[in-house]
Amino acid sequence: MNLLDPGGANAARIASVWWIIFGLGAAVYVVVAGFVLVAAFRGRRRRGDTEAVGRDSAFIWIGGVLVPAAILMLVAVVTVSTTRALRQPAKDPLTISVVGKRWWWAVSYPGERITTANEIHVPVGRPLRIELTTSDVIHSFWVPQLSQKVDTIPGQVNHLDMKVTKPGIYRGQCAEYCGLEHARMAFIVVAEDTTTFERWVAREQRPPGGPSAEQEARGQQVLVSSSCAGCHTVRGTPADGTLGPDLSDLGSRRMLGAGTVDNTPDNLRRWITDSQSIKPGNLMPPVPLSRDDADAVVAYLESLK
Amino acid sequence: MTTIAQPSADAAQPVLPGEVEEAMERRWRDAPGIPGFFASVDHKKIGVRYMVTAFVFFFLAGVQALFLRAQLAQPDAHVVGPQAYNELFTMHGVTMIFLFNTPVLAGFGNYLLPLMLGTRDMAFPRLNAFSYWIFLFSGLFMYSSYLFGSPPDGGWFAYVPLTEKAYSPGLNLDFWALGVAFIGISTTVGAINFIVTAFKMRAPGMTLNRMPMFVWSILAMAFMVIFSVPIVTLASMLLEFDRLFGTKFFLAAAGGSALLYQHLFWFWGHPEVYILFVPATGMISMIIPTFSRRPLAGYVWVATSLVAISFISFGVWVHHMFATGMPALAMSFFSAASLLIAIPSGVQFFAWISTMWHGRVRWTTPMLFALGFLLIFLLGGITGVMVAVLPFDWQVTDSYFIVAHFHYVLNGAVVFPIFGALYYWVPKITGRLLSERLGKWSFWMMFVGFNVTFFPMHVLGLLGMPRRVWTYSAGLGWDGLNLLISIGSGVFALGTLLTVANLVWARRRGAPAGADPWDADSLEWSVSSPPPHWNFTTIPSVAGRHPLWEGAALDEHREALAGEDDAVESMGGAGALTRTTPITGGLDTRPERLLVVPRETYLPFVAALGVAAVFVGMLVDAALVGGVGVLLGAIGIVWWGWRTEEDLV
Repeated sequence: MNLLDPGGANAARIASVWWIIFGLGAAVYVVVAGFVLVAAFRGRRRRGDTEAVGRDSAFIWIGGVLVPAAILMLVAVVTVSTTRALRQPAKDPLTISVVGKRWWWAVSYPGERITTANEIHVPVGRPLRIELTTSDVIHSFWVPQLSQKVDTIPGQVNHLDMKVTKPGIYRGQCAEYCGLEHARMAFIVVAEDTTTFERWVAREQRPPGGPSAEQEARGQQVLVSSSCAGCHTVRGTPADGTLGPDLSDLGSRRMLGAGTVDNTPDNLRRWITDSQSIKPGNLMPPVPLSRDDADAVVAYLESLK
Repeated sequence: MTTIAQPSADAAQPVLPGEVEEAMERRWRDAPGIPGFFASVDHKKIGVRYMVTAFVFFFLAGVQALFLRAQLAQPDAHVVGPQAYNELFTMHGVTMIFLFNTPVLAGFGNYLLPLMLGTRDMAFPRLNAFSYWIFLFSGLFMYSSYLFGSPPDGGWFAYVPLTEKAYSPGLNLDFWALGVAFIGISTTVGAINFIVTAFKMRAPGMTLNRMPMFVWSILAMAFMVIFSVPIVTLASMLLEFDRLFGTKFFLAAAGGSALLYQHLFWFWGHPEVYILFVPATGMISMIIPTFSRRPLAGYVWVATSLVAISFISFGVWVHHMFATGMPALAMSFFSAASLLIAIPSGVQFFAWISTMWHGRVRWTTPMLFALGFLLIFLLGGITGVMVAVLPFDWQVTDSYFIVAHFHYVLNGAVVFPIFGALYYWVPKITGRLLSERLGKWSFWMMFVGFNVTFFPMHVLGLLGMPRRVWTYSAGLGWDGLNLLISIGSGVFALGTLLTVANLVWARRRGAPAGADPWDADSLEWSVSSPPPHWNFTTIPSVAGRHPLWEGAALDEHREALAGEDDAVESMGGAGALTRTTPITGGLDTRPERLLVVPRETYLPFVAALGVAAVFVGMLVDAALVGGVGVLLGAIGIVWWGWRTEEDLV
């Protein structure tokens, strides 16, 4: 998540700003700290009288006013030019809508009619426009290696225009304190070449196939008839709740609990029966299922791709 | 006043020294025992109470910080759970900002201002007592939340809508919102007292441009308080209205605005940073010249910088909100203003360097803390310029980079001067010097611990670690640094404890300080340590910026003060005998009138109790309790206005 190892155009631009201000800052620190130390040692060793007050104005004028003013002018120019570049609206962008929720991210592609959660697939090289909103409190969308962060604020739609330049998997995390499980509100961005991305889009657009094995069928049955269906959606089934993340492609997602643990059958079973032990305080109540039922639900969910 | 027979100034010359002193002692000392404790209006006692109370809160905040660091020392740890963690970091911030930094500086101000200005008390001694009791009660109010198991957990700036009833149904945020409004009363009346004291209570001849720099810094701080604290009171009360009465000021769905809250909060929140920082620089501007044996370089420059900072501080608040999606052009102004504030800070910085450069430096403990301050503040100032750069702030705001930055400026650049000030002024307060050896150990442990704790946080921020996370997964590259930081925080904590040990040790065993242990220049060093209850038997007459370095200059002005009026006479021993002190004015600061210093009284305590009851009533939603509070407060204040406490003089 090193923001100085950018995989996106915005982050690269900001990283170069960092190197400029870091260079200036380091130089200023070394020089001024040098003055402090020399003054402290010089004054300590000298015997005799102190020097007249008249000598002070050179220090104050040069060190306190002129040099800082020159440096700040330079910094201001860098600030204004970079700010303008980062706020240029994207041309012909792929629009992705991201809704911050306690404590996960709802992701949808309005043009493509895709809904998913906590995992954002994007094509490398194409301008992206992220529409940021919230359904509850303020969150902040931040993928350090790709771009600056933007808050999600109730009652307004914020935009983040960006572009990914290197394929890869990038971790993002909520940056605005949003309550109990602010720490476990991560997500990942999967940046792929255009062909792979389009294959992913096509797959997402199809409703998940029906259960292909007996256990999966039983899992589906359990899911739609238990409390799961009240909060979660699996497209093509009666489960159409919207309080929790859409599960239609859960089997293909890399992580569970908004980036908390890897998506493995064991973790998924633990999550379903006792998510509080993985992410204490999350809003999903424990689902009391028999061992066989739980296994069946896990098998079914892992089959959804 | 005029009806009371008073000895003339000449008669106060101690014919029988013991007798006169004894008479003054009788006039000025408080009633003994517990009654005297609750009734005292002596600025020195109040100042010390402020400091002691604030330091108790400082150590509570320190314990909270150590819990935070224990939890974060390792990934996926479970020393505390998320709820406890969120309460801990909220109360750590609330305590440090509201209950330690602000009041401890007010404590130094209360103790030192009358002594530095050459007068016998603050302008409004009873208001002074009132503001202390409000501070104490509001601190207890906020901490009583622990008894109810619901300390504030919304972060110290309590952003809506997270802190609205829908998402925070418990009492936690009511403690916060009411507590903030509650302590705002203390800060505001304290600021009024500082302003009037600095303007009207200076010793004759101490014109504004002869005022010690610490007084300038307190004055600048007080003006910032007056103009900003009402705004945070408004923000917190509107939030409380939303919570208590179901108004919808900040609820977007009902036409309110969540961003409005942020604007209101930071309109106070940014000046607040300077409210803390400016008096700390004032302390540095006293310590460095004393230990460089040379007047402060660029006095007018530094005073002007303090005023400039307090103006500019009102034009930068939006830089806390750069990621909220506002128009870039609007934000650029705030970015520029935030850069601009580096100039007055730079002026002060080079004034300090020049003072040392041309002086003769003694490396005492207070001076070490000042040097540590310079090296820490320099870094905090540079990262401050960095985060004023809009695009860079978009990356690092709300990350550990910001945590590092504001601990460099609010812990390093405020707590280090405060510790330096302890070593510098506690000998005046207790009459005993602290141990230099223990002091230097304390400094070095704090300095090393501080940098080991907070420097790596910059790196964590660049590595993408957000602030206020109760835990993190292993393998993100954050593990080693977090462990290092936690170790550093322990070293820092031990360093602060060494100073506590030093204070306890010196109380009994420290070498006697004498009136002026440091060869300093300002008036507080002209009286005994500890000072007599009445501060000055004879009000000094000042003819320069450095009265104690100018020898005879201290009193030569005195003969030029014509007249036999009350104000001039009160400058002598007669004034100390009758609890009066001169009020001065005009460009050359001449005595104008007489201020009668009130005697001890319970009224401030009673009025503060009433105010506390009002807030408790709002908290528990009990009209009866609130009603009792209003009644008690009203009785206290009306009686206070009625009775002047002067009748016994």
